[in-house]
Amino acid sequence: MTNVTFYERVEDALNNEQLHVALNRTTARLGGLRTTAFASLPEAEAVRDRARMIRAHTISKLADYLEQFAANLEQCGGYVHFAADAAEANQIVLALAKQYQVKTVVKGKSMVSEEMHLNHEFEHLGITVWESDLGERIVQEAGEMPSHIIAPAIHYTREQVGDLLHKKLNIPLSHDPAVIVGHVREKLRQEFLVADMGITGVNFAVAETGTIALVENEGNGRLTSTAPRVHVALMGIERIVPTLDDLSVVLQVLARSATGQKLSVYTNLLTGPRRSPEADGPEALHVVIVDNGRSKVLGTELAEILYCIRCGACLNACPVYQQIGGHAYGSVYPGPVGAVLTPGLKGIEPWADLPHASSLCGACKEVCPVRIDIPRMLLKLREEGHEKGLAPAWVKMGLPVYRFVATKPALFKWAIKLSGMGARLLASAQGKGGWLTKLPPPLSGWTQHRDFPPFAAKSFSQQFKEMSE
Amino acid sequence: MAQSSSHHSAKPAEKPKSVQLFVTCMIEAIRPEVGMAVVRVLKRLGVQIEFPTDQTCCGQPAFNAGAVPDARAMARHTLDVLSRSASPIVTPSGSCADMLVHQYPALLAGDAHYGPLAEQIAARTYEFSQFLVDVLGVTEADLAQTQGHESVTYHPSCHLSRGLKVTEAPSQLLAATGVETHALNGANECCGFGGLFAVKMSDISGAMLNRKLDNIEASGAKIVVGCDVSCLLHMGGGLHRRGSAITTKHIAEIIS
Repeated sequence: MTNVTFYERVEDALNNEQLHVALNRTTARLGGLRTTAFASLPEAEAVRDRARMIRAHTISKLADYLEQFAANLEQCGGYVHFAADAAEANQIVLALAKQYQVKTVVKGKSMVSEEMHLNHEFEHLGITVWESDLGERIVQEAGEMPSHIIAPAIHYTREQVGDLLHKKLNIPLSHDPAVIVGHVREKLRQEFLVADMGITGVNFAVAETGTIALVENEGNGRLTSTAPRVHVALMGIERIVPTLDDLSVVLQVLARSATGQKLSVYTNLLTGPRRSPEADGPEALHVVIVDNGRSKVLGTELAEILYCIRCGACLNACPVYQQIGGHAYGSVYPGPVGAVLTPGLKGIEPWADLPHASSLCGACKEVCPVRIDIPRMLLKLREEGHEKGLAPAWVKMGLPVYRFVATKPALFKWAIKLSGMGARLLASAQGKGGWLTKLPPPLSGWTQHRDFPPFAAKSFSQQFKEMSE
Repeated sequence: MAQSSSHHSAKPAEKPKSVQLFVTCMIEAIRPEVGMAVVRVLKRLGVQIEFPTDQTCCGQPAFNAGAVPDARAMARHTLDVLSRSASPIVTPSGSCADMLVHQYPALLAGDAHYGPLAEQIAARTYEFSQFLVDVLGVTEADLAQTQGHESVTYHPSCHLSRGLKVTEAPSQLLAATGVETHALNGANECCGFGGLFAVKMSDISGAMLNRKLDNIEASGAKIVVGCDVSCLLHMGGGLHRRGSAITTKHIAEIIS
């Protein structure tokens, strides 16, 4: 994280007109597609329940399934590496690059690689990395981080993408997505053929077979995992499903939630590297299983966040994300899921603001394919922040006073009366018919965007009493 | 009228003769006319009102801030107040009802005395529109005399629709009054209130509010109706800032 505060990033985002155009276009479109896609799934709610059960069961027996997956993958000729944190994961991948004398790397989408800042590490060693997912390539060329889990360049309009890639990739200028894709594809074809190593993420790892499932729409994942000599797949420890049957259930809800597709264009099931007499596939397959804070939340009230299947539906549905986009969160994982994952995995400090960046409206929980109760965990993290004294001073001091008053009915009524008098006094000076247009700090936030109505001359209690007499 | 969804496993066998009104601090202090409208409607429907005068605030501001001990103290106070009578509890607020129904039992789960009490209270707490439709089974005839309002649009507040899953009752009540109702674009989007969120994250909240207000203004309605005074206060404050002629009303004020 940089030294820029969350509030400063939010300010930048809210003032970015172009960002709003881009976010409005895409979040609304993806949200609508998702709704339509689930409408066509028979017994959609039951499938979601089933997917949730699978995720819950897997996380409850994670160590067993990881062991089973590793054993079965090795049986198929793959290599398994466990990394405790991002630094260890980088060491493993860089050592592999050295071992295989890698000069160029082509990469598919991988959020774990973002956690590792892997591209940076490669650049230090003078190894060239080409992102092959179009969205990832856009943010790579722009020198940025993805701002969405499945749509990394969601913060860009097509016009900006055309300008950027024209400049960076030296392709003809166009603002037509199909034309831009055509030009980028020509570049990518060469890169797939040249690259020594292909790096991808993993959507699901199937314990019973040692298979990794890679879901994508551009075909870049298939080429990245099969064309280069070496395939390195990066996955978080929680990305497991027990069986192929289970995989079929979670796949039913993944693409529908992410892009509104029944199934993504490519669903790759990779079981080990090339075996003789096969003609295709990498000579070696290495799967790096990364913890990086995840095991810390196992068995806690935040464990449910590990059910996440990284569809991004909660981002599209979140009214806060829709306003500020992904970069404002300042972390690899943005949106509601990020507001739980980041402080959950990395510690509440300095991420205590993220769980508060929510009106607790529940839209995330409503669309989550595995029904993760994100608002509950945001509250849990707020509790942790509050306990550690990370709340603003006025909240820390104000709430005990409020509690004291609100548990003493006579005092409470008196306090309301007093507040009413204060408000009237303040309002009379502001001359807006009893409305407050400017409140003093710490309540000034309210009147930045809205007025505050007059207190009632007579409280409900008084009116009710008078009516009953 | 068809019943909307509900958290209550067992509905009262017969219509309750009397209810406890948990009026909420917002209505107590700022919009008492909403509470009085609730009283008029319930009385007209033959329900007596008990109003425990020592009620204060459900504790949601503290709960949402993560101040769990403070929230628990206020929850215990409210449970003491509401457990003296066996009558159902009616509250004209989706979010306060959700606090009593869903958050109190979780908040006090480890408490030998208040844990079971929270469960009992949760089982007989209803949001106002939910109580009218699900428990009283209000009919169109009951609301026939409540006409003459200007056109409205309905904002489904988040804790009411997503928390309590009360999605049909308010629209059914509005339809029964015959009031001209305009569709609201992005109706299910949060207005940006979120309690202290509107103060602490004022700019994000304000951006959400502006989107909501744009949709409200585009609906062509003269009045925004809701079941939560807090959200209405937020939207009303934004409309006032804009100099808009659109006003906010609680659903009880429409049908009273």
